[in-house]
Amino acid sequence: METANPPLIDCDVHAVLPAFEALLPFLPAYWREQVEQTGFKGPVDPWYPPGLPTTARASARPADGSPASSRVGLVQAGVFDAAPHPAVAILNSDCAVESLHNPDAAGAVARALNDWIASEWLAKDMRLRASIVVASQFPELAVREIERRAGDPRFVQVLLPVRSEAPYGSRNFRSVFAAAANQGLPVALHYGGSPGNPPTPVGWPSFHIEDYAGVTGVFQTQLISIIAGGVFDEHPALKLVLAEGGFAWLPSMLWRFDKNWKGLRREIPWVKRPPSDYVREHVRITVAPSDAPEDPAQFASAVSQLGSDDILLYASDYPHDHGDAFAERGWAAVPAGVRRKVMSENARSTYRL
Amino acid sequence: MSKATPATSLVDCDIHNAITPAAVARHLPERWRQYHAQFGRRMTPGDYYPKATPMASRTDSWPPGGGPPGSDLAFMRRQLLDAWPIEIGILNTLITIRNQYRDYDAAMATAANACQVAEWLEPEPRLRASLLVPFEDPQLAVTEIRRHAGDKRFVQVLIPSRTTEPLGRRKYWPIYAAASESGLPIGIHFGGWSGGHPISGAGWPTYYIEYHTGMNQTFQAHLISLICEGVFEEFPKLKVVFIEGGIAWIPPVLWRLDRSWRQLKAEAPTLRQLPSEYFRKHFWLTTQPIEEPPEPGQFLEMIAHLDMDDRLLFSTDYPHWDFDSPDTALPSVLPPGLREKVRRDNARALYGFA
Amino acid sequence: MPKHIVSTVAEIPPGSRKIVEVSGRSIGVFNVGGEFFALRNRCPHQGAALCTGHLGSAVTSTGPGHYEVDRSGEILRCPWHGWEFDLRCGQSWFDPEKVRVKSYETAVAPGSSLAPPSPGLVPGPYVAETFPVSIEESYVLVEFGPVA
Repeated sequence: METANPPLIDCDVHAVLPAFEALLPFLPAYWREQVEQTGFKGPVDPWYPPGLPTTARASARPADGSPASSRVGLVQAGVFDAAPHPAVAILNSDCAVESLHNPDAAGAVARALNDWIASEWLAKDMRLRASIVVASQFPELAVREIERRAGDPRFVQVLLPVRSEAPYGSRNFRSVFAAAANQGLPVALHYGGSPGNPPTPVGWPSFHIEDYAGVTGVFQTQLISIIAGGVFDEHPALKLVLAEGGFAWLPSMLWRFDKNWKGLRREIPWVKRPPSDYVREHVRITVAPSDAPEDPAQFASAVSQLGSDDILLYASDYPHDHGDAFAERGWAAVPAGVRRKVMSENARSTYRL
Repeated sequence: MSKATPATSLVDCDIHNAITPAAVARHLPERWRQYHAQFGRRMTPGDYYPKATPMASRTDSWPPGGGPPGSDLAFMRRQLLDAWPIEIGILNTLITIRNQYRDYDAAMATAANACQVAEWLEPEPRLRASLLVPFEDPQLAVTEIRRHAGDKRFVQVLIPSRTTEPLGRRKYWPIYAAASESGLPIGIHFGGWSGGHPISGAGWPTYYIEYHTGMNQTFQAHLISLICEGVFEEFPKLKVVFIEGGIAWIPPVLWRLDRSWRQLKAEAPTLRQLPSEYFRKHFWLTTQPIEEPPEPGQFLEMIAHLDMDDRLLFSTDYPHWDFDSPDTALPSVLPPGLREKVRRDNARALYGFA
Repeated sequence: MPKHIVSTVAEIPPGSRKIVEVSGRSIGVFNVGGEFFALRNRCPHQGAALCTGHLGSAVTSTGPGHYEVDRSGEILRCPWHGWEFDLRCGQSWFDPEKVRVKSYETAVAPGSSLAPPSPGLVPGPYVAETFPVSIEESYVLVEFGPVA
């Protein structure tokens, strides 16, 4: 994709913890001692198993063996200094906070992680912004963390793992969307999550490739839940960003959801418009990966089936490697006006940058 | 959806005959009849979602003589088999074999199959049936498959889509072996009880509309599992039918799965072709509940992306509320040749109907 | 437009309905609190016998967890996919502008004004027969057919 003249925004870059010990300076004394003395090393279920080809592109793996994208210098080299040279990048950090059953541990780790991001990343490069990591399984704590960061304009979004133990549109989770909406922050659902329940309705798959390929089902569950739960009816200005889950699955899901809504809407009478209307207005999706077909004409049709030019957000997803490089060919078939929006305008109207 | 040109016959690949507890009891051996009456089928813990209508059925499908929708053959003839030119209808009995005491599950499957023969297939020559099996105990399932080997009125082995494990897992392979051996497809139909797993990959949704809109997710998990576990390398003749999953969600899954496999193929080394190639070689799809894109052209685009013209099977899902009507459900933009394949020819070819 | 006699008023008490055939069209005639409404008995979705569906209330909401129920008995739900139609005008609930079912004007007339049938009045419901009219009864009329 060509460099846009308006500032190019990269909506999904990963700040990776080099090791849990990097959070020690940011943890309270009690938790420092727990880490040092009990063997508690933070969450142990990685969203991205380190050895996988998808976890880091070859060019992103440091020679010294440290994890890809684990310090700001690596992102400067791999994102800002590389084509297409974004002006701004939004950091998403994953630490499987949702896998901790102890709310105090979860809350402390989330807070420390955000402090680490602020100190080791945001303070060191003005081009960086970040998502607020929260203990998503404890809505009260999530609200508290959102409000704690609210005054810092470098935090531009609330991050939730797409996998959770109950769908995010559930009544119990309303306070988190309210807190985000009150602060004018979009909420991102990001690939990943280790909540403790299986990633499919039929139990645990054998292979990582099944989790990886099948996660689109979880994105669908969450989006359907959030719409059915009336989150957008309650928060007309809220934006929901779906990150690192692809977008090609969306049109067929909306055909089904709109059809069902016509006859089943009495069950959710606060949903006053077809679900696809809400999606066009409230939902944004990053393009890495795109999961659209290789054939350029089919790619262009997958993009146009979304029904709006406002939905897609450019992202590199550095340092991950989805093998989506061939999407370059596909993008060539998409109208130039749409590409320009994807590269910049859609992000600028989603985030306060 | 506007009216299509009617009159050519069709095969309905998904009809739900309701086999009442009393009907099953007629065919259960005495030892299980008491058990069934006394302990019976325990309520599933926590997966109840009130459906849009009683028994999730069309509100006009209650037989005037009594009994639940789908329980009265004479009324089914009136409302369905005689109302449209249905040359063959395939029954998918939805008694849930519930992963309880395995011998009881097996007895229920055997009884339900016997009931199907006596009370549906014998009196109505247009009907065929799917074979119920205690699928969570594959050895007992194989026994039931072999019991009916050679009875051509059973056209496939039925497994509900909510299982305790993804269906590619080794546990289920003996069923695939027996089905392949008998030349029977596996029909995976939406429904069942996943042994306590929530109905989504992110826990329990709140509303029935979420349940229904998310139906494809169970099929998706099985699609990915069956292919990635190498089931089709092991059983190259195996055929799988997805029943009541719709069709439009498939192309994006194949795009993503192919791409994923290119990156991660070292993890699934038995595969020798692209996942999408296995899918197109081994799977069939019933059309109901058919998706309704806002523009007719998008439906044709989707059909082109799907590239499975010979694998689409028309189904009504009678008597459920999300029933697809034979005259009006298939969009009028469908070219006539494809319409005939979907309404009849593909089913004839798959199931060996004349 | 011709007016067809389709029923006596007594046959359709408040809260009930009658399905009638008028010139080959199946039409549902409903009595809501003494007012009569007539809709085509064919859902614009897939052709179900719409007028055999349940009658319910208009359900609206001010937000999640709130259910406002009004106009009891005036919203018709298709027996198949549950599309809701306003009995008074045939508009669908989910897209009143673009999706509707044909609704017909109705009237009530005393038998004395109908026998013998006046101009513009077509005996019904059977084309071949005359609807027996008694001056002591009142009748429901449905306006249907080409504009005169």
